[in-house]
Amino acid sequence: MTDESIRQIAFYGKGGIGKSTTSQNTIAGMAELGQRVMIVGCDPKADSTRLMLHSKAQTTVLHLAAERGAVEDVELEEVLLTGYRDVRCVESGGPEPGVGCAGRGIITSINFLEENGAYEDLDFVSYDVLGDVVCGGFAMPIREGKAQEIYIVTSGEMMAMYAANNIARGVLKYAHSGGVRLGGLICNSRKVDRELELIETLAKRLNTQMLHFVPRDNIVQHAELRRMTVIEYAPDSQQAEEYRTLAKKIIDNKNLAIPTPITMDELEDLLVEFGILGGEEEYEKAIKEGIKAPAGVA
Amino acid sequence: MTPPELATLETAPAEAFTTADKKELIKEVLEAYPDKAKKKREKHLNVFEEGKSDCGVKSNIKSVPGSMTTRGCAYAGSKGVVWGPIKDMIHISHGPVGCGYYSWSGRRNYYIGTTGIDSFGTMQFTSDFQERDIVFGGDKKLAKLITELDELFPLNRGVSIQSECPIGLIGDDIEAVAKKSAKEIGKTVVPVRCEGFRGVSQSLGHHIANDAVRDWVFPQYDKEKKAGNIPDGTEYDVAIIGDYNIGGDAWSSRILLEEIGLRVVAQWSGDGTLHEMINTPSVKLNLVHCYRSMNYISRHMEETYGIPWLEYNFFGPTQIAESLRTIAAKFDETIQAKAEEVIAKYEAQTQAVIAKYRPRLEGKTVALMVGGLRPRHVVPAFYDLGMRLIGTGYEFGHNDDYKRTTHYVEDGTLIYDDVSAYEFEEFIKELKPDLVASGIKEKYVFQKMALPFRQMHSWDYSGPYHGYDGFAIFARDMDLALNSPTWSLIGAPWKKAEATA
Repeated sequence: MTDESIRQIAFYGKGGIGKSTTSQNTIAGMAELGQRVMIVGCDPKADSTRLMLHSKAQTTVLHLAAERGAVEDVELEEVLLTGYRDVRCVESGGPEPGVGCAGRGIITSINFLEENGAYEDLDFVSYDVLGDVVCGGFAMPIREGKAQEIYIVTSGEMMAMYAANNIARGVLKYAHSGGVRLGGLICNSRKVDRELELIETLAKRLNTQMLHFVPRDNIVQHAELRRMTVIEYAPDSQQAEEYRTLAKKIIDNKNLAIPTPITMDELEDLLVEFGILGGEEEYEKAIKEGIKAPAGVA
Repeated sequence: MTPPELATLETAPAEAFTTADKKELIKEVLEAYPDKAKKKREKHLNVFEEGKSDCGVKSNIKSVPGSMTTRGCAYAGSKGVVWGPIKDMIHISHGPVGCGYYSWSGRRNYYIGTTGIDSFGTMQFTSDFQERDIVFGGDKKLAKLITELDELFPLNRGVSIQSECPIGLIGDDIEAVAKKSAKEIGKTVVPVRCEGFRGVSQSLGHHIANDAVRDWVFPQYDKEKKAGNIPDGTEYDVAIIGDYNIGGDAWSSRILLEEIGLRVVAQWSGDGTLHEMINTPSVKLNLVHCYRSMNYISRHMEETYGIPWLEYNFFGPTQIAESLRTIAAKFDETIQAKAEEVIAKYEAQTQAVIAKYRPRLEGKTVALMVGGLRPRHVVPAFYDLGMRLIGTGYEFGHNDDYKRTTHYVEDGTLIYDDVSAYEFEEFIKELKPDLVASGIKEKYVFQKMALPFRQMHSWDYSGPYHGYDGFAIFARDMDLALNSPTWSLIGAPWKKAEATA
């Protein structure tokens, strides 16, 4: 069904971390280097391809299937669009929040794409998956025969790192059955103190690498407003260069590892070490002060 | 007309096996299992010892994987057993089509009415979930379905939503749909969360269905009662609880209750209606036949409305007489006198049945395996015909069922809970009863072993078996099964030649 020579990659990460922006910018860089790429958006919000297509949101597989009655009534051409530098774009789509089963939706659309020959004449397929691996459906892109390389977008913020560790657990679960590997962490900087070191340390603990440190730059926002990637909007900017570097690193990446997720305690210790969380002493002190304060008031 | 000397299996009398023999047999049968399965299954098999308070088996526990259990699921317990027979309601099998299709037509729950006009018992309604309903949720489809059903079948009195597994998985809000649709069509709409994966057997489905009655039906009684719209009724108002009118069982029971002067105002749920259900909290006594599937709502009515409940048994003349007397004892002397009259009235009929069939069945042995009531309830009917019980067990009984069973079985009876296909077959091969009485899943296995068999869930398309009239049919059916001339043809002719040679 799927051409063996296609490299299938997936971007995971905490919601709002900038997965879609990072992945589309990186893919734009890959396309510049002559790679043939298809993006499969696996988020009911369907915002994984807007920078490629310069559109609000493309027609999704599932919405068209719902309209027609069954996914069998949908033609591939109707949902597979071509964007910037011939990057092919598909959005899985899904239900509105709070109803139905978005996980099953992803399974349905990936099966549809496979059965209809979307996986042909490509160098890369890239899945952009929402938030966390909450159920089997969202793990679909990392199961057997799907994405082989996972890139986790994170920052030095605690919850982003917590999500990254959780995703590593999901990857580990399927590493032995499906052969999926962790390709590295991408640090999408939030300008947290000692962020670079922190993510490098976390990467080491997870038995992987920090593939690239993407600095924060307002130009990303400017480009987004115009529904473009930075590479298209400001090809000569420093930020465009960063994404090109990241693109090249992914293309050349040979460091594919089985992750070694850490426990919640270990993660918290790491955060204490880097001064993001206070230690036990500071915690005790804060609690004591908290108790004292009202007494003083009274 | 004697059973076949040349059948592939010969039979053994009840005395052929002692308690020790049976315990040994259990051990041998368990030997085939891997250690883990053996450890689990050995708790479910035992031999009843006189004087013990239960049967010495564990029950209502998850079946061992791969053991070929006969159990059903929560959906079967709610849709198939409790709700399905309410004839004037439309019961929607909510989810993909299979559960609805394979539960179509119910369990031979007879009813009076015009199917498709004011009754819907043998019809099947499903929301026929497609992939898009899973992905986008099925709430809108369900609401539309209820609107359309009310247009197509305007004489329906209400709708029940029987949840299949995916409903619970995707978290559809069927309660919200039920409330909205009830307003729209101006009728009762009951959401039932009986997803099949819940619980270990159909038993939890009964409980969930009972709870749905409590939460979605009885509030209407409370409201009407407050408004003064519920008549007081008579001192003799009773409800039949837990009789599904299989082959007309509830009818042959109702006759007797009415003959002793009681007024049966509701049948749960065989040939029952929604309004009978709503009005039930006005009765003076709930008469419970199937304790397993409807004890929950009986207890609720006792606690909330102060209605006492009484278990009874209308299988076989001995238990019928005893039950009629126990029921009558709850009422005045008029009823008690009438009960005696009724028992006397049927005496001749009963004696004629026994005179005809007992000589043909005397001493024959039977092994039972049924659902949640009959493994004990039908035993006295066999005794009345002179037959002996060598083993019994429940598909989905609980410990309280096994406690009740002690009043029905003799010392040394083999007890098997949630018996697997393999275990049952091995027990029967060894104990060689004259008759196996169980369900459709067992029937052909044993008939092919040349053993007489009767279905104890569906009455083998016969019935009713309840009441005096039912006993006559029961006796005839057992005779037909055991003494059919067919059995003399079972032996292969060449073997016959050898045997006579």
